[in-house]
Amino acid sequence: MTAAVETRTRTRSAGGSGWPRFLGQKLVEFVVAIGALILLTFALVLLVPGDPARIAAGIDASPEQVAAARHALGLDQPLLAQFWNYVVGIFTGDLGQSFRTGQDVTAVIGVRLPFTLTIALVAIGITLVVSVMLGIAVAALTRGNRNRWLDVGFSWATATLQTLPIYVYGAILVVVFAVTLGVLPAAGAASPASYVLPAVALTLAPTCSISRIVRREASAVLEQDYMRTARGWRIGRLKQHLKYALPNLLASTLTLSGLILGNMLGGAVIVERVFSWPGLGNGVVEAILERDYPLIRGIILTIGALAIIINLVIDIILAIVDPRVLRSGKAFA
Amino acid sequence: MTATAPDTVALATAQTASRRWRMHPILLSGLILMTLIVLTAIIAPMFLSTSANALTDQTRLPPGPDHLLGTDEFGRDLLSRALVATRLTLILTVSASAISVVLGVIIGMLVWLLPDRVRRFVVGVNSVAVAFPSLVLALVIAAILGPGAETAALAVGISSIPAFVRLTVNMAAPVLGREFVGTARLLHVPRVIVMVRHVLPNMAEPLLVLAASNFAVTLVELSGLSFIGLGVQSPQYDFGLLLSDALAAIFTQPSQVVGPSVMIMLTGLAGMLIGDGLAASSNPRTRGSRRASRTGRLGRTDAVAAKSEAPVQVRDLRVSTGTGTELVRGVSFDIAPGEILGLVGESGSGKSLTAMTLAGLVPEGVNATASTLVAAGNDMLAPADPARLARDIALIYQDPMSTFNPALRVGSQLTEVARTHLGMSRGAARRALLERFEQLRITDPPRRLRQHPHELSGGMLQRAMIASSLIADAKLIVADEPTTALDVTVQAAVLRQFAAAARELGASVLFISHDLGVVEALCDRVMVMHHGEIVEEVTAQALAARDVTHPYTRKLLDAAKYVDAL
Repeated sequence: MTAAVETRTRTRSAGGSGWPRFLGQKLVEFVVAIGALILLTFALVLLVPGDPARIAAGIDASPEQVAAARHALGLDQPLLAQFWNYVVGIFTGDLGQSFRTGQDVTAVIGVRLPFTLTIALVAIGITLVVSVMLGIAVAALTRGNRNRWLDVGFSWATATLQTLPIYVYGAILVVVFAVTLGVLPAAGAASPASYVLPAVALTLAPTCSISRIVRREASAVLEQDYMRTARGWRIGRLKQHLKYALPNLLASTLTLSGLILGNMLGGAVIVERVFSWPGLGNGVVEAILERDYPLIRGIILTIGALAIIINLVIDIILAIVDPRVLRSGKAFA
Repeated sequence: MTATAPDTVALATAQTASRRWRMHPILLSGLILMTLIVLTAIIAPMFLSTSANALTDQTRLPPGPDHLLGTDEFGRDLLSRALVATRLTLILTVSASAISVVLGVIIGMLVWLLPDRVRRFVVGVNSVAVAFPSLVLALVIAAILGPGAETAALAVGISSIPAFVRLTVNMAAPVLGREFVGTARLLHVPRVIVMVRHVLPNMAEPLLVLAASNFAVTLVELSGLSFIGLGVQSPQYDFGLLLSDALAAIFTQPSQVVGPSVMIMLTGLAGMLIGDGLAASSNPRTRGSRRASRTGRLGRTDAVAAKSEAPVQVRDLRVSTGTGTELVRGVSFDIAPGEILGLVGESGSGKSLTAMTLAGLVPEGVNATASTLVAAGNDMLAPADPARLARDIALIYQDPMSTFNPALRVGSQLTEVARTHLGMSRGAARRALLERFEQLRITDPPRRLRQHPHELSGGMLQRAMIASSLIADAKLIVADEPTTALDVTVQAAVLRQFAAAARELGASVLFISHDLGVVEALCDRVMVMHHGEIVEEVTAQALAARDVTHPYTRKLLDAAKYVDAL
């Protein structure tokens, strides 16, 4: 077993390097992940305990209605044929029709996807910018035991606020800004102002977690010899931190916060519920409650693909920021 | 000896554990909070069920003395409901956590029993699963099994399994590489037994920390599923469902939000505190070092001292740690224009602290004071113009590999002073630097400017640093062991170029070294430092003639002779 560990380390450090190998590896990972997602969503209906057709048709459905549901789900065909039709459907953009409304699943996704995408991307962007700035600022201001109150206050505030779930933030924000002050809309996506509360609710907890990471990484970077060199050149504090410190902490920060950013997509589902946002999250919850299997499949497939793509993008950005990733294939390995 | 290794390790672990075992305040507060919450979960349903569940006609009462948080649309007491919900929430959260921890650890250990290739594949697939948002995974399971309390616990539990599999796999790897595991293998102990007996106990501590932190995450996700309607179903209720009821009535009764929000927050906080407390008490670095005071300051003392006209004047320089230990104890010296002053002594004698403080770069962890501190004509104890300091004082450090910023190109870093403080354009600064690179015989200068520091050798980097001090016309060069980190073959060349550069600038030089041979050849005057004090000051000629008085200097000379003889 010891030998096994050694071989593993050796194969990782040896071997080719550079972008072709890295991109090839990422492509394989991407294909495997998408394949697993397709399998998972296909199996979803088959794994339903009991008869999915009967559950989908409803308890008081007639035998004819159940048979119709079975046919609509394709469950009356052999397993392999079902899978083949499912995969072909995915690549031709035909995900079937919703049980309840009869709409094309692709059309429903087409309407809902942009809402989820905008809220998630806006929130991820805000989270990254705010937490990097905040983390570096706190690290710089608390160097060498300066500003103890800030050190203690930041640690406690972020530790407490990062445990608060999105729906609690959402509720508090609605009470304060929509009910009490009445300045922002509590629900819907009617105007640009509607974006504010959901985006803020989605951003707060991850910002706390990531700014803690940035602060820790920045504190380490600020004590490096090259930062002393930069101080020796007497350049302004802003430039010192943005030009000389920031590039050195981006890679580790992104690595450590990748999972948090990926999970923000899950957070988007909940935030949509709080603010009646007409996106995929609300769609999938309604579909699950109504046992609308084609719609569940389609939306989970879309959200899953989004998550995989976000992770891929983070990996590629990481490789650009820190070329060492190219050699190891994975920053966290 | 190797046969007894497992016991020795176990003993050592037990000893460190007992030494550590003083309750960390964070852990203590977490445990107290958690105990209160568990007690609430046990007691509240016994006494408050009636007021929490019975329908009355006192509907939608605002908070008041009879109902501290008011009542809901069916006249049920909101405080009672929040407290009673604790039991179901805790039961579900604990079940879900147990599923993810137990199954995750078992799968993670089984993975190590697989053949190498299969294991790598499983680990790869698992890492894809980890990166997948766990809430979406929980949604899939909820979609399969249908909404409900048990489904939600199962869904959240299963969706965290990949994370624990990865942690177990990663934590088992170093343990499996240890000597006693190899020994056990040689003795033909079956792998399963090695896993259970040796690997598991070694992972117990980090696993406990993660399980505690995971508790908070599980709570949030479970309540989230209930909140969106896929978890606990009415008439049962947990925190999540209560909050979703509250949100539905938010315009008529905003105060309904308070109960479940506060309870979720407190329960999550208890889990986080226990996790953080366990982590902090197992990590010796975070213990004890909390009381340090602010450092990195430079202050003036009022002692009267003789002034001079020299561009570098140091009077009564003292440096001490944040806790008060004095590292430099009242050092005074002058450096004339064009003079090279050597500062020698063993590591830890205070040479670098003296030099860095003179340059106005007091390191973190120490504070400095002096009655006079003048560097290149600038009073370092008063607020100074950064542009003048940058122009007048050049610094060359010990290890060029760590003093260059790894993320930026060499050219961009070394033209920084010229562009920021000398008002040169990017092009002009580049041309000036290229000229100096050529002067210092750095090969292929244009390419060097475009390269990153790790692509250059140490000697090359050090020469590049010297070159950049030449564009800025430095009046004081502080060189802190500039050749120590270099290959012996390039040391001489770099030193020659350094001396030539200093002569060209006519600058004062403070040259730190522990190599008496180098100091003797380069410097005009030498100070010997020992335990933070200057014990002897001699001219280079006197040093060459071994005309020294202090016993410590003698010792240094003898040591140098011994090294020469080798």
